[in-house]
Amino acid sequence: MAEGITDLDMSSFDEAISASDKPVLVDFWAEWCGPCKMIAPILEEIAAEEDAIQIAKVNVDDSPDLARRYEIMSIPALIVFENGEPAKKLVGAKPKGALLEEIGEFL
Amino acid sequence: MSDIRDVIIIGSGPAGLTAAIYTARANMGPLVIEGEPSSTSDQPGGQLMLTTEVENFPGFPEGIMGPELMMHFRAQAARFGAEFITQKATEVDFNQRPFTVEVGDITYKSHTVIISTGAQSLMLGLPNEDRLIGHGLSTCATCDGFFFKDQEIAVVGGGDSAVEEATFLTRFASKVYLVHRRDELRASKIMQERALNNPKIEILWNKKVTEIQGDEKLSGIILEDTVSGEENALPITGLFIAIGHQPNTALFADQLDLKDNGYLVTEPNSSKTQVPGVFACGDVQDDYYRQAITAAGSGCMAAIDAERWLEENDA
Repeated sequence: MAEGITDLDMSSFDEAISASDKPVLVDFWAEWCGPCKMIAPILEEIAAEEDAIQIAKVNVDDSPDLARRYEIMSIPALIVFENGEPAKKLVGAKPKGALLEEIGEFL
Repeated sequence: MSDIRDVIIIGSGPAGLTAAIYTARANMGPLVIEGEPSSTSDQPGGQLMLTTEVENFPGFPEGIMGPELMMHFRAQAARFGAEFITQKATEVDFNQRPFTVEVGDITYKSHTVIISTGAQSLMLGLPNEDRLIGHGLSTCATCDGFFFKDQEIAVVGGGDSAVEEATFLTRFASKVYLVHRRDELRASKIMQERALNNPKIEILWNKKVTEIQGDEKLSGIILEDTVSGEENALPITGLFIAIGHQPNTALFADQLDLKDNGYLVTEPNSSKTQVPGVFACGDVQDDYYRQAITAAGSGCMAAIDAERWLEENDA
């Protein structure tokens, strides 16, 4: 059974990303972002279905430093971290099929 | 036959979801093909999903957030049994009855179809545009404005949405240039006054964008003066595009009448298209009012038109 989605912030981010033995897909989002709300249920489904990848969320309002560190200029932004390093960045909301295709190499 | 539906609704903005609420309450069991998530205005919930505060929708004296309003619409339709498919319709056939609507590999049949696919943002059509979306170039001020704190940015356009975006973006940016190709704005008086009185907004009149520059991220634009032809560079870190909309009618172009500007033709004071049993509502057939409330009103008309058509035709 895959785990759910973890909320990360500045204090927990680095440890969570580097400690994970799986790739971590981080969803940079905010309350005021309509497209972010559209993909939230898709990410919940992927979290429940896919064991190979861990999914986490960063609220950019609460953690603007993390958004700045990864040069986020548009949300939703999804970054896949592998061995603690960003391996792939996706910008903009996408349907589930397209999203799974984009992250296929990590599944 | 039980696999033929009473009504399929294509599109899920204020028009489509109002039609869904009405047809669901009329026991027509609507199937809503609501579209796919995206960061353009072409997505479930429609253009309001990319806005913030909606101040002019009746019933919300304090205003309501656009995405929240659309989630209310959807929940209300779902409460009465509307079904949703979060995909795009890929093909329709109105030449045979029952009508068919294809979504990928699956074909749905229905006695009536309500089209409410809305309109989506126009792009400039310049090189580098696609590549720099999400890297300084944006079609969604509410999604991306936050990331341009204390920076100098520009909005292209002169209508209500451009002026509204420019005003909204001054919450974050240190300076917002409003680039407009004419010498006057099309925006409503109240929006114009807000922009003209905002010290952070500078309007660049008679200018059009001829080039978008930047490697990894946007670094600037080239502007041409539409009167003198003179070109100059404007270094900015963000560019927001609000130059208008085009109706999402490609799917229907060879089966329904379109106006010269691409919008669907409906009979006056009705949602009827020229194919009996096919109805259209919202921005896809409205190039004049284009408001959430008028879209919702026309969605209600389409639902009632479809219900009466079913009764009269005993389908």
